[in-house]
Amino acid sequence: MQLDDLYRQVIMDHYQHPRNRGTLDEGAISVDLRNPSCGDEIHLQLLVDDGIVKDVRFLGSGCSISMASASMMTEAIKGKSIEEAVDLAHAFRAMMRGEDVDLEQMGELEALQGVNKFPARIKCATLAWQALERAASVPTGGHVEEETLGE
Amino acid sequence: MNAEELRKDFPILSERINGHRLVYLDNAATSQKPRQVIDAIRRYYEHDNSNVHRGVHTLGSRATEAYEAARERVARFIGARSPQEVVFTRGTTESLNMIAHGYARAKLGEGDEIVLPPSEHHSNLIPWQQAARATGATLRYLPLQPDGTIRLEDVEAAVTDRTKIVAIAHVSNVLGTVNPVREIAEIAHRHGAIIVVDGAQSVPHMPTDVVAMDCDFLAFSGHKMLGPTGIGVLYGKAELLAEMEPTYFGGEMIDVVDLYESTWKEAPWKFEGGTPIIAGAIGLAAAMDYLEKVGMAEIERHDAALAAKAVERLAEIDGVTIFGPPPGQSRAGLVTFNLGRVHPHDLATVLDARGVAIRAGHHCAQPLMRLFNVPATARASFYLYNTEEDVDALVDAVLEAKEFFGHAIG
Repeated sequence: MQLDDLYRQVIMDHYQHPRNRGTLDEGAISVDLRNPSCGDEIHLQLLVDDGIVKDVRFLGSGCSISMASASMMTEAIKGKSIEEAVDLAHAFRAMMRGEDVDLEQMGELEALQGVNKFPARIKCATLAWQALERAASVPTGGHVEEETLGE
Repeated sequence: MNAEELRKDFPILSERINGHRLVYLDNAATSQKPRQVIDAIRRYYEHDNSNVHRGVHTLGSRATEAYEAARERVARFIGARSPQEVVFTRGTTESLNMIAHGYARAKLGEGDEIVLPPSEHHSNLIPWQQAARATGATLRYLPLQPDGTIRLEDVEAAVTDRTKIVAIAHVSNVLGTVNPVREIAEIAHRHGAIIVVDGAQSVPHMPTDVVAMDCDFLAFSGHKMLGPTGIGVLYGKAELLAEMEPTYFGGEMIDVVDLYESTWKEAPWKFEGGTPIIAGAIGLAAAMDYLEKVGMAEIERHDAALAAKAVERLAEIDGVTIFGPPPGQSRAGLVTFNLGRVHPHDLATVLDARGVAIRAGHHCAQPLMRLFNVPATARASFYLYNTEEDVDALVDAVLEAKEFFGHAIG
């Protein structure tokens, strides 16, 4: 087990300098999700217009993996259609299960692939993506509150 | 005692973890098992296995004898007046829930109070929240000092004639503080209240005498004291167990069953509906034999000395915060800490890569984490097979984590 496989430089960079951290004004979809087994939590907001993710912000607390994954996700989905964003979420979770995925589609997210060798940390990486999937099923302006991540 | 010698009894301690010697410091979560316990369970299944209290055949008698002998073993270990004060349960959580359900709900009413510290494990907190909601009673929290200790004068102020129950851990699973349960029991009794002691972190690590402590109920788990998972104990004073209602109904616990009503056996059997945890009880008895042979007072000194050394050395590392009693002040065999802004999960992953197993998270004490204003903490907890070498490995790994994250997190 190599720690450098897990803590790649790009991950540490996103952890130290999170992108799109903050909140959006009214009209955004909000999701609050937490992982009760470790206490990680995320508040994710999406501004969706005409089916396109126009803007995205997050707040939260958690380990480097969960916060870096959230930061990287916001960059990856901004400007994409909501369907493309959900597709990417599915692909990301498949990558976490150790399945073969199109690494080109993953782009920078490929740096998180090493997490799948650390079973205890996979949930950290997928928290933001599960929040995204929930957000995609909510109408504009809607809010999913304090939902708890199951097993 | 010689921890280095004792280690040979624990097969798992020869596991290599990520290429390193296993440094197991998550004993407050669960302990490892000596060969003597594993063998006792195997012996039972290979030679005596049968259901208890019903078979007329030879194996039925052997299993029943072994199960009831385990009850006597537990009674001796905690100094109970009689084995009938010992109820076998699945663990501390079930024991506490049984008290909150079968005893507390019938006793509590509007205006009554349950007094407890905010540092309790969720399993000694939520059952009381639920009992309060069901009965109109209220929870009253004791203040904690900055070092996590509880002052007796605050207990005196909080416990009144409205108090029906005082619920408290003997040793806090996060703070490592040893609460003065004997003195608190005296205060509770003066006001006609009962005291429920969560012994999950104390019974495995120090001599226990329920009569001297004068607790009314004591709950603890077998797996934290070298026993198997799935077995625990609810001790209750005989007169209280007699009043207490069973939580589960069915086979094994009944006296006479009629079409419209039934009667129960006496305690403790009325609380053990269904086929009991026979192999678990036998394994727990073997664990108690092992612990007593080493000596509980010895174990208490050993664990506390390692924790004291760990606290002292961790506190010297720039950026480490220690929760609970500061260095030099007495504490039980565990230490909870954080390293700067490094998240405890990240810290635990780096330590694991060096073979060091610690706990990272909220330790089932979310209200306490909120009091500390942290989402999570790291915890190292010691037991009889840990050595000073383990403390060195912990400190070295924390220093490595600091180095690893230092450039990124500062």
